[in-house]
Amino acid sequence: MKIRCVINGKPVDLEAASDRRVIDLLRENLGLCGTKEACGSGECGACTILVDGVSRLSCLMVAAQIEGKEIVTIEGFSSDHLHPIQEAFITKGAIQCGFCTPGMVLATADLLKRNPAPNRNEIRKALSGNICRCTGYQKIVDAVESVKGNQEYDHE
Amino acid sequence: MSDVYLPASLDEVHAIRKRAPDAVILGGGTDLLVRMRATGKKPSVLIGLELIAELSRITLQDGFIRIGPMVTHQALLDSPVIRQHLPLVHKAAQVLGSPPIRHMGTIGGNICTASPAGDILPALYVLDAGLEISSPAGKRIVPIQEFITGPGKTILSNTEILSGVRVKVPDPRYQGYYLKVGQRKSLAISIISMAALLMVSPDKKILSARFAWGSVGPIVMRFPDIESSLAGRTFGPDLLLEVGRRTSERIQPIRDIRASASYRKMVAEGLPLKILEECSEKLPSTKKNHE
Repeated sequence: MKIRCVINGKPVDLEAASDRRVIDLLRENLGLCGTKEACGSGECGACTILVDGVSRLSCLMVAAQIEGKEIVTIEGFSSDHLHPIQEAFITKGAIQCGFCTPGMVLATADLLKRNPAPNRNEIRKALSGNICRCTGYQKIVDAVESVKGNQEYDHE
Repeated sequence: MSDVYLPASLDEVHAIRKRAPDAVILGGGTDLLVRMRATGKKPSVLIGLELIAELSRITLQDGFIRIGPMVTHQALLDSPVIRQHLPLVHKAAQVLGSPPIRHMGTIGGNICTASPAGDILPALYVLDAGLEISSPAGKRIVPIQEFITGPGKTILSNTEILSGVRVKVPDPRYQGYYLKVGQRKSLAISIISMAALLMVSPDKKILSARFAWGSVGPIVMRFPDIESSLAGRTFGPDLLLEVGRRTSERIQPIRDIRASASYRKMVAEGLPLKILEECSEKLPSTKKNHE
Protein backbone atom coordinates (compact mmCIF):
# COMPACT_ATOMS: atom_id res chain seq x y z
CA MET A 1 0.00 0.00 0.00
CA LYS A 2 0.96 3.63 -0.37
CA ILE A 3 1.57 5.42 2.89
CA ARG A 4 1.90 9.14 3.40
CA CYS A 5 3.15 10.41 6.68
CA VAL A 6 5.59 12.85 8.20
CA ILE A 7 8.79 11.38 9.56
CA ASN A 8 11.15 13.62 11.50
CA GLY A 9 9.51 16.70 10.08
CA LYS A 10 9.65 15.63 6.44
CA PRO A 11 6.64 14.46 4.42
CA VAL A 12 7.32 10.94 3.20
CA ASP A 13 5.64 8.75 0.57
CA LEU A 14 6.23 5.07 1.11
CA GLU A 15 5.32 1.89 -0.64
CA ALA A 16 5.13 -1.00 1.81
CA ALA A 17 3.10 -4.03 2.74
CA SER A 18 0.27 -2.89 5.02
CA ASP A 19 1.35 -5.34 7.72
CA ARG A 20 5.05 -4.45 7.66
CA ARG A 21 6.19 -3.67 11.18
CA VAL A 22 6.94 0.01 11.65
CA ILE A 23 10.33 -0.80 13.16
CA ASP A 24 11.32 -2.67 9.98
CA LEU A 25 9.99 0.15 7.86
CA LEU A 26 12.09 2.67 9.78
CA ARG A 27 15.28 0.65 9.96
CA GLU A 28 15.26 -1.20 6.66
CA ASN A 29 13.25 0.95 4.24
CA LEU A 30 14.35 4.32 5.56
CA GLY A 31 17.73 3.50 7.11
CA LEU A 32 16.73 5.08 10.41
CA CYS A 33 18.66 2.63 12.57
CA GLY A 34 18.59 4.79 15.71
CA THR A 35 15.37 2.99 16.63
CA LYS A 36 16.48 -0.30 18.17
CA GLU A 37 14.85 -3.66 18.42
CA ALA A 38 15.52 -5.99 21.32
CA CYS A 39 12.55 -8.06 22.53
CA GLY A 40 10.21 -7.50 19.59
CA SER A 41 7.27 -8.06 21.91
CA GLY A 42 6.60 -4.81 23.71
CA GLU A 43 8.53 -5.49 26.87
CA CYS A 44 11.75 -3.54 26.52
CA GLY A 45 10.99 -0.11 25.04
CA ALA A 46 14.09 -0.06 22.80
CA CYS A 47 11.91 0.57 19.75
CA THR A 48 10.06 3.54 21.27
CA ILE A 49 9.11 6.27 18.80
CA LEU A 50 6.82 9.28 19.10
CA VAL A 51 3.59 9.06 17.10
CA ASP A 52 1.75 12.38 17.12
CA GLY A 53 3.86 13.22 20.18
CA VAL A 54 3.01 10.07 22.17
CA SER A 55 5.50 7.31 22.92
CA ARG A 56 4.62 4.06 21.21
CA LEU A 57 6.39 0.83 20.39
CA SER A 58 7.31 0.54 16.74
CA CYS A 59 7.67 -3.25 17.00
CA LEU A 60 3.95 -3.49 17.77
CA MET A 61 2.68 -1.26 14.99
CA VAL A 62 2.06 -2.07 11.35
CA ALA A 63 2.67 0.22 8.40
CA ALA A 64 -1.02 0.94 7.78
CA GLN A 65 -1.26 2.55 11.21
CA ILE A 66 1.16 5.40 10.44
CA GLU A 67 -0.81 6.73 7.48
CA GLY A 68 -1.30 10.47 8.07
CA LYS A 69 0.66 10.40 11.31
CA GLU A 70 3.61 12.42 12.49
CA ILE A 71 6.51 10.20 13.52
CA VAL A 72 9.59 11.28 15.43
CA THR A 73 12.55 8.93 15.82
CA ILE A 74 15.75 9.70 17.68
CA GLU A 75 17.30 10.95 14.42
CA GLY A 76 14.71 13.71 14.20
CA PHE A 77 14.38 14.50 17.88
CA SER A 78 16.83 17.37 17.63
CA SER A 79 18.05 19.20 14.56
CA ASP A 80 21.17 21.38 14.64
CA HIS A 81 21.95 21.04 18.33
CA LEU A 82 21.28 18.37 20.94
CA HIS A 83 17.97 18.41 22.75
CA PRO A 84 18.20 19.27 26.48
CA ILE A 85 17.18 15.69 27.29
CA GLN A 86 20.08 14.36 25.23
CA GLU A 87 22.43 16.88 26.85
CA ALA A 88 21.28 15.73 30.28
CA PHE A 89 21.88 12.06 29.44
CA ILE A 90 25.44 12.89 28.40
CA THR A 91 26.15 15.22 31.32
CA LYS A 92 24.87 12.76 33.91
CA GLY A 93 26.59 9.73 32.40
CA ALA A 94 23.25 8.07 31.69
CA ILE A 95 24.58 6.29 28.63
CA GLN A 96 26.59 3.11 28.82
CA CYS A 97 26.26 0.83 25.81
CA GLY A 98 23.66 3.21 24.38
CA PHE A 99 21.26 0.60 23.05
CA CYS A 100 18.34 1.66 25.25
CA THR A 101 19.14 5.37 24.99
CA PRO A 102 16.98 6.33 21.97
CA GLY A 103 13.96 4.74 23.64
CA MET A 104 14.80 6.24 27.03
CA VAL A 105 15.17 9.72 25.53
CA LEU A 106 11.85 9.54 23.67
CA ALA A 107 10.04 8.05 26.68
CA THR A 108 11.45 10.97 28.69
CA ALA A 109 10.09 13.41 26.11
CA ASP A 110 6.63 11.88 26.54
CA LEU A 111 6.92 12.09 30.33
CA LEU A 112 8.00 15.73 30.41
CA LYS A 113 5.20 16.69 28.07
CA ARG A 114 2.66 15.21 30.50
CA ASN A 115 4.48 16.19 33.67
CA PRO A 116 7.13 18.93 33.32
CA ALA A 117 8.44 18.47 36.87
CA PRO A 118 8.29 14.79 37.82
CA ASN A 119 9.76 13.48 41.05
CA ARG A 120 12.09 10.47 41.08
CA ASN A 121 9.29 8.03 41.69
CA GLU A 122 7.28 9.43 38.80
CA ILE A 123 10.35 9.25 36.58
CA ARG A 124 10.89 5.60 37.46
CA LYS A 125 7.26 4.79 36.74
CA ALA A 126 7.30 6.67 33.44
CA LEU A 127 10.43 4.85 32.28
CA SER A 128 9.30 1.47 33.59
CA GLY A 129 8.59 0.26 30.06
CA ASN A 130 12.19 0.88 29.02
CA ILE A 131 14.79 -1.63 30.04
CA CYS A 132 18.50 -0.85 30.39
CA ARG A 133 20.59 -4.01 30.64
CA CYS A 134 23.69 -2.09 31.69
CA THR A 135 21.41 -1.28 34.66
CA GLY A 136 22.29 2.37 34.58
CA TYR A 137 18.91 3.40 35.95
CA GLN A 138 20.28 5.58 38.73
CA LYS A 139 22.02 7.89 36.29
CA ILE A 140 19.13 7.81 33.87
CA VAL A 141 16.81 9.01 36.62
CA ASP A 142 19.44 11.64 37.58
CA ALA A 143 19.49 12.82 33.97
CA VAL A 144 15.72 13.13 33.66
CA GLU A 145 15.53 14.86 37.02
CA SER A 146 18.13 17.40 35.89
CA VAL A 147 16.16 18.26 32.73
CA LYS A 148 13.07 19.25 34.64
CA GLY A 149 14.98 22.10 36.24
CA ASN A 150 16.28 23.28 32.91
CA GLN A 151 14.46 26.52 32.14
CA GLU A 152 15.33 26.26 28.49
CA TYR A 153 13.55 22.97 28.12
CA ASP A 154 10.75 23.42 25.67
CA HIS A 155 8.31 20.60 26.15
CA GLU A 156 6.54 21.23 22.89
CA MET B 1 1.01 -11.72 4.76
CA SER B 2 -1.99 -9.93 6.16
CA ASP B 3 -3.91 -7.16 4.46
CA VAL B 4 -4.56 -4.46 7.05
CA TYR B 5 -7.72 -2.38 6.80
CA LEU B 6 -8.53 0.61 8.97
CA PRO B 7 -12.22 1.28 8.31
CA ALA B 8 -13.90 4.47 9.50
CA SER B 9 -17.21 2.95 10.62
CA LEU B 10 -18.69 -0.20 12.12
CA ASP B 11 -20.72 -0.72 8.93
CA GLU B 12 -17.48 -0.90 6.98
CA VAL B 13 -16.10 -3.43 9.48
CA HIS B 14 -19.15 -5.63 8.91
CA ALA B 15 -18.79 -5.25 5.13
CA ILE B 16 -15.11 -6.30 5.17
CA ARG B 17 -15.92 -9.31 7.35
CA LYS B 18 -18.64 -10.37 4.96
CA ARG B 19 -15.99 -10.57 2.25
CA ALA B 20 -13.33 -12.03 4.56
CA PRO B 21 -15.01 -14.08 7.33
CA ASP B 22 -11.63 -15.08 8.79
CA ALA B 23 -10.58 -11.46 9.31
CA VAL B 24 -9.11 -10.76 12.73
CA ILE B 25 -9.89 -7.58 14.67
CA LEU B 26 -6.86 -5.47 15.67
CA GLY B 27 -7.25 -3.26 18.74
CA GLY B 28 -4.07 -1.78 20.17
CA GLY B 29 -1.97 -4.71 18.93
CA THR B 30 -0.13 -5.28 22.20
CA ASP B 31 -1.34 -8.89 22.42
CA LEU B 32 -2.35 -9.79 18.89
CA LEU B 33 0.83 -8.65 17.13
CA VAL B 34 3.01 -10.37 19.72
CA ARG B 35 1.04 -13.59 19.28
CA MET B 36 1.16 -13.37 15.48
CA ARG B 37 4.91 -13.02 15.56
CA ALA B 38 5.40 -15.80 18.11
CA THR B 39 3.25 -18.30 16.25
CA GLY B 40 4.10 -17.18 12.72
CA LYS B 41 0.39 -17.45 11.95
CA LYS B 42 -0.88 -14.45 10.07
CA PRO B 43 -4.55 -13.97 9.29
CA SER B 44 -5.29 -13.03 5.68
CA VAL B 45 -7.03 -9.85 6.81
CA LEU B 46 -6.55 -7.63 9.85
CA ILE B 47 -9.18 -5.01 10.64
CA GLY B 48 -7.90 -2.19 12.85
CA LEU B 49 -10.57 -0.17 14.66
CA GLU B 50 -8.52 2.90 15.58
CA LEU B 51 -10.12 5.29 13.09
CA ILE B 52 -13.68 4.64 14.26
CA ALA B 53 -14.18 7.69 16.47
CA GLU B 54 -17.23 6.41 18.36
CA LEU B 55 -15.23 3.43 19.62
CA SER B 56 -12.71 5.68 21.39
CA ARG B 57 -15.18 7.71 23.44
CA ILE B 58 -16.07 7.71 27.12
CA THR B 59 -19.53 9.09 27.87
CA LEU B 60 -21.64 9.49 31.00
CA GLN B 61 -25.38 9.45 30.41
CA ASP B 62 -28.45 8.49 32.45
CA GLY B 63 -26.37 7.02 35.25
CA PHE B 64 -24.34 4.80 32.94
CA ILE B 65 -20.77 5.16 31.78
CA ARG B 66 -20.11 3.91 28.29
CA ILE B 67 -16.50 3.17 27.38
CA GLY B 68 -15.63 2.55 23.74
CA PRO B 69 -13.57 -0.62 23.22
CA MET B 70 -10.76 1.35 21.57
CA VAL B 71 -10.27 3.56 24.63
CA THR B 72 -6.65 3.01 25.60
CA HIS B 73 -5.56 2.37 29.16
CA GLN B 74 -3.90 5.78 29.13
CA ALA B 75 -7.20 7.36 28.05
CA LEU B 76 -8.88 5.63 31.01
CA LEU B 77 -6.24 7.17 33.29
CA ASP B 78 -6.70 10.62 31.72
CA SER B 79 -10.51 10.56 31.86
CA PRO B 80 -12.13 12.70 34.60
CA VAL B 81 -15.27 10.52 34.30
CA ILE B 82 -13.33 7.35 35.04
CA ARG B 83 -11.32 8.97 37.82
CA GLN B 84 -14.43 10.29 39.52
CA HIS B 85 -16.97 7.52 38.99
CA LEU B 86 -14.95 4.36 38.37
CA PRO B 87 -11.81 4.72 40.52
CA LEU B 88 -11.54 0.94 40.54
CA VAL B 89 -11.06 0.86 36.76
CA HIS B 90 -8.61 3.74 37.13
CA LYS B 91 -6.61 1.75 39.62
CA ALA B 92 -6.56 -1.36 37.44
CA ALA B 93 -5.31 0.70 34.48
CA GLN B 94 -2.46 2.09 36.61
CA VAL B 95 -0.92 -1.33 37.15
CA LEU B 96 -1.39 -2.60 33.61
CA GLY B 97 1.75 -3.07 31.49
CA SER B 98 3.99 -0.04 31.09
CA PRO B 99 3.48 3.51 29.79
CA PRO B 100 3.88 2.65 26.07
CA ILE B 101 1.68 -0.44 26.48
CA ARG B 102 -0.94 1.77 28.13
CA HIS B 103 -0.68 4.22 25.22
CA MET B 104 -1.47 1.42 22.77
CA GLY B 105 -3.46 -1.32 24.53
CA THR B 106 -7.23 -0.90 24.74
CA ILE B 107 -9.97 -1.90 27.18
CA GLY B 108 -11.71 -3.83 24.40
CA GLY B 109 -8.51 -5.72 23.71
CA ASN B 110 -8.10 -6.57 27.38
CA ILE B 111 -11.65 -7.98 27.37
CA CYS B 112 -11.54 -9.83 24.03
CA THR B 113 -8.08 -11.32 24.70
CA ALA B 114 -9.96 -12.91 27.60
CA SER B 115 -6.87 -13.76 29.60
CA PRO B 116 -7.61 -14.80 33.18
CA ALA B 117 -4.78 -12.40 34.03
CA GLY B 118 -6.32 -9.42 32.18
CA ASP B 119 -5.77 -6.52 34.58
CA ILE B 120 -8.96 -4.56 33.87
CA LEU B 121 -11.21 -7.63 34.07
CA PRO B 122 -11.64 -8.13 37.85
CA ALA B 123 -12.68 -4.47 38.12
CA LEU B 124 -15.28 -4.91 35.37
CA TYR B 125 -16.54 -8.12 36.99
CA VAL B 126 -17.28 -6.55 40.37
CA LEU B 127 -18.87 -3.56 38.62
CA ASP B 128 -21.19 -5.97 36.77
CA ALA B 129 -20.18 -4.42 33.45
CA GLY B 130 -22.37 -5.03 30.43
CA LEU B 131 -20.75 -5.53 27.06
CA GLU B 132 -22.39 -4.23 23.93
CA ILE B 133 -22.06 -6.52 20.94
CA SER B 134 -22.72 -5.19 17.44
CA SER B 135 -23.42 -7.26 14.37
CA PRO B 136 -25.05 -6.47 11.03
CA ALA B 137 -28.30 -7.63 12.69
CA GLY B 138 -28.14 -5.03 15.48
CA LYS B 139 -26.90 -4.60 19.02
CA ARG B 140 -27.27 -6.52 22.26
CA ILE B 141 -25.78 -6.25 25.73
CA VAL B 142 -24.51 -9.22 27.73
CA PRO B 143 -22.97 -9.33 31.21
CA ILE B 144 -19.19 -9.69 31.16
CA GLN B 145 -19.56 -12.98 33.05
CA GLU B 146 -21.38 -14.44 30.05
CA PHE B 147 -19.12 -12.84 27.46
CA ILE B 148 -15.86 -14.54 28.47
CA THR B 149 -16.18 -18.33 28.35
CA GLY B 150 -12.60 -19.55 28.82
CA PRO B 151 -8.98 -18.54 28.45
CA GLY B 152 -8.86 -16.61 25.16
CA LYS B 153 -12.50 -17.48 24.46
CA THR B 154 -15.51 -15.21 24.15
CA ILE B 155 -19.03 -15.65 22.81
CA LEU B 156 -18.29 -13.34 19.86
CA SER B 157 -19.03 -14.92 16.49
CA ASN B 158 -17.14 -13.84 13.38
CA THR B 159 -19.92 -11.41 12.45
CA GLU B 160 -19.95 -9.76 15.86
CA ILE B 161 -17.78 -7.12 17.45
CA LEU B 162 -17.45 -5.69 20.96
CA SER B 163 -18.69 -2.12 20.46
CA GLY B 164 -18.96 -0.79 24.01
CA VAL B 165 -18.51 -1.38 27.72
CA ARG B 166 -21.42 -0.24 29.84
CA VAL B 167 -21.07 0.29 33.58
CA LYS B 168 -23.74 1.65 35.92
CA VAL B 169 -22.36 4.46 38.06
CA PRO B 170 -21.89 2.68 41.39
CA ASP B 171 -23.63 3.80 44.57
CA PRO B 172 -21.23 6.36 46.09
CA ARG B 173 -21.22 4.37 49.33
CA TYR B 174 -19.21 1.67 47.57
CA GLN B 175 -15.45 1.67 48.08
CA GLY B 176 -13.35 -0.08 45.47
CA TYR B 177 -10.08 -1.92 46.08
CA TYR B 178 -7.74 -3.41 43.54
CA LEU B 179 -4.75 -5.56 44.41
CA LYS B 180 -2.32 -7.16 42.01
CA VAL B 181 0.54 -9.48 42.85
CA GLY B 182 3.15 -9.90 40.14
CA GLN B 183 6.80 -10.82 39.97
CA ARG B 184 7.65 -7.16 39.63
CA LYS B 185 5.78 -3.90 39.43
CA SER B 186 6.06 -3.01 35.77
CA LEU B 187 5.17 -5.09 32.73
CA ALA B 188 4.15 -7.93 34.99
CA ILE B 189 1.48 -10.44 34.13
CA SER B 190 -0.40 -10.93 37.35
CA ILE B 191 0.23 -14.00 39.48
CA ILE B 192 -3.03 -13.18 41.16
CA SER B 193 -5.24 -10.11 41.22
CA MET B 194 -8.34 -9.15 43.11
CA ALA B 195 -10.92 -6.41 42.82
CA ALA B 196 -13.34 -5.72 45.64
CA LEU B 197 -16.33 -3.44 45.90
CA LEU B 198 -17.52 -3.00 49.47
CA MET B 199 -20.38 -1.07 50.99
CA VAL B 200 -19.98 -0.81 54.74
CA SER B 201 -22.42 0.95 57.10
CA PRO B 202 -21.19 3.59 59.60
CA ASP B 203 -21.34 0.91 62.33
CA LYS B 204 -19.07 -1.29 60.13
CA LYS B 205 -21.68 -3.78 58.98
CA ILE B 206 -21.32 -5.13 55.45
CA LEU B 207 -24.21 -3.92 53.32
CA SER B 208 -22.84 -5.37 50.10
CA ALA B 209 -19.58 -7.05 49.15
CA ARG B 210 -18.27 -8.21 45.82
CA PHE B 211 -14.93 -9.86 45.08
CA ALA B 212 -13.51 -10.83 41.68
CA TRP B 213 -10.32 -12.82 41.30
CA GLY B 214 -7.89 -12.88 38.38
CA SER B 215 -5.36 -15.60 37.48
CA VAL B 216 -6.94 -18.16 39.79
CA GLY B 217 -8.72 -20.22 37.15
CA PRO B 218 -9.58 -20.32 33.45
CA ILE B 219 -11.62 -17.11 33.75
CA VAL B 220 -11.97 -14.32 36.29
CA MET B 221 -13.91 -15.78 39.23
CA ARG B 222 -16.61 -14.48 41.56
CA PHE B 223 -18.22 -16.56 44.28
CA PRO B 224 -21.78 -15.25 44.79
CA ASP B 225 -22.43 -17.53 47.75
CA ILE B 226 -19.39 -16.22 49.61
CA GLU B 227 -20.37 -12.64 48.77
CA SER B 228 -23.97 -12.97 49.93
CA SER B 229 -22.97 -14.71 53.17
CA LEU B 230 -21.12 -11.55 54.22
CA ALA B 231 -24.16 -9.26 54.41
CA GLY B 232 -24.77 -7.96 57.91
CA ARG B 233 -21.43 -9.20 59.21
CA THR B 234 -18.89 -6.87 60.82
CA PHE B 235 -16.19 -5.56 58.52
CA GLY B 236 -12.68 -6.22 59.81
CA PRO B 237 -9.65 -8.50 59.63
CA ASP B 238 -11.55 -11.62 60.72
CA LEU B 239 -14.07 -11.22 57.95
CA LEU B 240 -11.44 -10.53 55.31
CA LEU B 241 -9.36 -13.51 56.40
CA GLU B 242 -12.45 -15.66 56.15
CA VAL B 243 -13.09 -14.45 52.59
CA GLY B 244 -9.50 -15.29 51.69
CA ARG B 245 -9.63 -18.73 53.29
CA ARG B 246 -12.97 -19.68 51.70
CA THR B 247 -11.86 -18.38 48.30
CA SER B 248 -8.55 -20.20 48.52
CA GLU B 249 -10.43 -23.47 49.13
CA ARG B 250 -12.56 -22.94 46.04
CA ILE B 251 -10.03 -21.87 43.41
CA GLN B 252 -8.12 -24.26 41.15
CA PRO B 253 -5.22 -22.14 39.95
CA ILE B 254 -2.73 -23.38 37.41
CA ARG B 255 1.00 -23.82 37.92
CA ASP B 256 2.99 -21.86 35.34
CA ILE B 257 6.28 -20.03 34.88
CA ARG B 258 5.08 -17.23 37.14
CA ALA B 259 3.98 -19.20 40.20
CA SER B 260 2.99 -22.58 41.56
CA ALA B 261 -0.65 -23.42 42.22
CA SER B 262 -0.03 -23.72 45.96
CA TYR B 263 1.61 -20.27 46.05
CA ARG B 264 -1.44 -18.79 44.31
CA LYS B 265 -3.75 -20.41 46.85
CA MET B 266 -1.64 -19.05 49.69
CA VAL B 267 -1.60 -15.53 48.26
CA ALA B 268 -5.36 -15.64 47.67
CA GLU B 269 -5.86 -16.43 51.32
CA GLY B 270 -4.02 -13.35 52.50
CA LEU B 271 -4.91 -10.88 49.76
CA PRO B 272 -8.28 -9.59 51.09
CA LEU B 273 -6.56 -8.61 54.33
CA LYS B 274 -4.51 -6.06 52.38
CA ILE B 275 -7.72 -4.11 51.88
CA LEU B 276 -7.19 -2.87 55.42
CA GLU B 277 -3.97 -1.14 54.44
CA GLU B 278 -5.83 0.85 51.83
CA CYS B 279 -8.83 1.76 53.91
CA SER B 280 -6.99 2.56 57.13
CA GLU B 281 -7.64 6.26 56.59
CA LYS B 282 -11.34 5.74 56.18
CA LEU B 283 -11.63 3.28 59.04
CA PRO B 284 -8.83 4.20 61.49
CA SER B 285 -10.01 2.00 64.33
CA THR B 286 -9.99 -1.09 62.14
CA LYS B 287 -6.34 -0.60 61.42
CA LYS B 288 -5.65 -0.27 65.12
CA ASN B 289 -7.43 -3.55 65.85
CA HIS B 290 -5.49 -5.24 63.12
CA GLU B 291 -2.19 -4.11 64.50
